[in-house]
Amino acid sequence: MQIILVGADSTEQRLDAVEGWRVMEIIRDHGFPIIAECGGACACGTCQVEVDLEWTAKLHEPREDELDMLDQNYANEWSRLSCQLIFTPEMNGLRLRIAPVALAVAA
Amino acid sequence: MAEEVITTDVVVIGAGPVGLFAVFELGLLDMKVHLIDILDRPGGQCAELYPEKPIYDIPGLPLVTGQDLTDRLMEQAAPFNPQFHFNEQVEEVTRQADGSWLVKTDGDLTFNAKVIVIAAGGGSFQPKRPPIPGIEEYEGKSVFYSVKKMEKFRDKKVLISGGGDSALDWVNNLQPITKTMQLIHRRDGFRAAPASVNEMKKLVAEDKMKFHLGQVTKLHGANGQLEGVTILDNDKNEFDVEVDTLLPFFGLTMKLGPIANWGLNLNENLIPVDVEKFETSTPGIFAVGDINTYPGKLKLILSGFHEVALMAQQAFRYVHPDAKLTFQYTTSSTSLQKKLGVN
Repeated sequence: MQIILVGADSTEQRLDAVEGWRVMEIIRDHGFPIIAECGGACACGTCQVEVDLEWTAKLHEPREDELDMLDQNYANEWSRLSCQLIFTPEMNGLRLRIAPVALAVAA
Repeated sequence: MAEEVITTDVVVIGAGPVGLFAVFELGLLDMKVHLIDILDRPGGQCAELYPEKPIYDIPGLPLVTGQDLTDRLMEQAAPFNPQFHFNEQVEEVTRQADGSWLVKTDGDLTFNAKVIVIAAGGGSFQPKRPPIPGIEEYEGKSVFYSVKKMEKFRDKKVLISGGGDSALDWVNNLQPITKTMQLIHRRDGFRAAPASVNEMKKLVAEDKMKFHLGQVTKLHGANGQLEGVTILDNDKNEFDVEVDTLLPFFGLTMKLGPIANWGLNLNENLIPVDVEKFETSTPGIFAVGDINTYPGKLKLILSGFHEVALMAQQAFRYVHPDAKLTFQYTTSSTSLQKKLGVN
């Protein structure tokens, strides 16, 4: 099972995914720059990703605290916090990019 | 302002959980502490980011919220009478001829300390800057992250971005004096007081302001003066609106800030330390908690607690160079218990 991480230069990386891991952890474990300052507590917003539009409806709805955090982090309608996406087999092939705002924090 | 120098044993930069526990460990070894924090209250991330969230990995406290942990640490530090200086950011650190440190803040406070402990977590909290290309050029001229004087915005064409209390409050408060008022937020839901949301919706219904769903993606203008912005709406369509002032309200983030200029070795915005004393590359300056790095470092509050206990041992040698340090337990030492005010 994999997720597809699209880089700023549009290149794609296929990352092996493990069921039960947070998407944030999968990205971080592969050495990509994602800060996740609060460690996955849905409290900082630095793990924001932009999900391909075909995937947005397939993911579970964000909880209220995730919505709040997205509000504070220059998010779009298609943005999610990757710490709040727990990987399941249904998410095999999930295509996303690290949000520019999160990359700016990591730079 | 005439500067009065505050003399102390130790200056702790950052009043988060680890900075607060440093007061306790330093206090047990007879060192007086002044703490400086950019926030307006103690607790750091615990109080600012997740006051209501439960923490499960504090030894002995199976469940504690960020705010409760802060309160307990304040109680634990209280016998040592720590002096707090809030809303202050340390700008400058200079070594004196006698080996002590001069510490200056942006609020013109000056400290003389034998030891500095950096417990600054992820750095200092700053307003979040939206990643709109070229925004820096407009900051302070037509893009502002706070409202200090309302008059400044009279007869302006203002766009406020965000969906929290700050955004909504300033929409409602500034609308009567601005030429035009517009609000942009990524969704039709707000984390603000319902009364403020209703007031904003009433203004929209009365055609006194506009509300856009989407995000600002481009700024247009010259020499720092905004003339308009491009908005990307939630259907990924772009359109322009005419504004001369933008107020983004996206909350706070952490930046390393002036620490980068103090001549310490840094590694990806973290401060490398040894694992016996948690001292930086500069003797007399220690770094503890989330801001330091060493082989095997885990960013856990409990790691910070361990670090300050060991740090205090070395700090003692700087503060009381001629005194003998004996290792004691709070359970059995009457002298420690006396310091804690329990005996």
